[in-house]
Amino acid sequence: MNLAIEVTEENIKSIVSLSGEIDAYTAPQLKEALLPLTKADGQIVEVDLENVNYMDSTGLGIFISALKSSKENNSHLKLINLQDRVYRLFKITGLIEIIDIKAAIRGGSE
Amino acid sequence: MDTVNLDAANYKDLLKRYIDTQDEQSLYGAEQISKLFIKNNVPPEEIINLHIQALSELYPNLSEKTGHSMNFLLETMISYGMAHQEYQTLREKQLELKTEIAVAAGMQETLLATTKPSIDGLDIGVISVPAHQMNGDYHHFIKGRDGSLGVAIADVIGKGVPAALCMSMIKYSMDSLPEESMSPKAILENLNRVVFRNVDPSMFITMFYAQFIPSEQKLRYSSAGHEPGFYYRKKEDTFEEIEAKGLVLGVSSDANYERYEQRVEKGDMVILLTDGVTECRDGDRFIESEEVLEVIKGYAHLPAQDIVDHVYKHFERLQNFQLRDDFTLIILRREV
Repeated sequence: MNLAIEVTEENIKSIVSLSGEIDAYTAPQLKEALLPLTKADGQIVEVDLENVNYMDSTGLGIFISALKSSKENNSHLKLINLQDRVYRLFKITGLIEIIDIKAAIRGGSE
Repeated sequence: MDTVNLDAANYKDLLKRYIDTQDEQSLYGAEQISKLFIKNNVPPEEIINLHIQALSELYPNLSEKTGHSMNFLLETMISYGMAHQEYQTLREKQLELKTEIAVAAGMQETLLATTKPSIDGLDIGVISVPAHQMNGDYHHFIKGRDGSLGVAIADVIGKGVPAALCMSMIKYSMDSLPEESMSPKAILENLNRVVFRNVDPSMFITMFYAQFIPSEQKLRYSSAGHEPGFYYRKKEDTFEEIEAKGLVLGVSSDANYERYEQRVEKGDMVILLTDGVTECRDGDRFIESEEVLEVIKGYAHLPAQDIVDHVYKHFERLQNFQLRDDFTLIILRREV
């Protein structure tokens, strides 16, 4: 399974849309695309995970290093539209407390 | 040089025979000779050189232009020769690395070895299976002077050798903690600082630390972002998730961990695992934790060690079973 990464720039906001699986094979690709974006002062980096149905712990590692880098460089990392399985990982690891995360809106209930 | 000379004569004969008869036999001979060349590390330009020599000996009156074209071909082969040489070197290096990793894996096993202690009134079962050569899961038992049992179960994210090295660091930090301060909360807070200072930003560790106090029949625990374990109530014959909040180790320098407590009744079980257990796949399907619990229930009448062994065997037997991650399962049961 592959990971497609699409980056759209809007002023001070970079939107990174991902689709596919994030695992040990695709994680380096994600790291390469994501980390440089977090290095710009004041930048908002929004990662859309709507089409990511599987992520393993290697993926978490990438988001943790992106978070650390955004703190060092005064940018802001935001994850949106997380599917249940992926959201669960952030919840178990306690990362939802320190990363700006929004789960996928389901059935318009939110 | 002798083999090359021998090959040269052989090559010339074969070439002559093929040019005269175009028979399969000489083509087969060419195939054999090329295998021999590879085995003896003969570079491609050397073979072309052989060809040029053989041609000029067999057909001294060949056109000058053919001769030039052959020299041209020879030149174009030189880079291939170097690439081949590089491939040989890499192959040797790879073999060397493989051996070194095997030695390291052996050392890791010795370094991280932990023995299942015997605690009065507690039945303990443990299994840990690495997905690759080196195990990124870690578990450790410590028997306190007061008769209590400390159990650590951890998963290093980032796999392979770096993960394994990181584990050794954790193990030694744990060994150096004074026993007096051994509450699960304090242990995790200490380790968090060690990991934060010492590992790469993309690496982190999840750990669940539990302490069983036989005199009070209580389990005290704290979790650093670890896959939740399960608590089995014998009386109700039900499982519930062990809820424990806490950030993974190594992400924030001042992480705090909450303390939790649970009274353990006779026959109750504490099930601790790593995400390798819930992340194994059967083909495209994930194995859900409910399924793991069902299997545990099926073997619940057996001693704890037999239960964990059977659970692993059960999943291993599934047709398209894939162990994508290291698999560790620990069961503690208060004996009746």
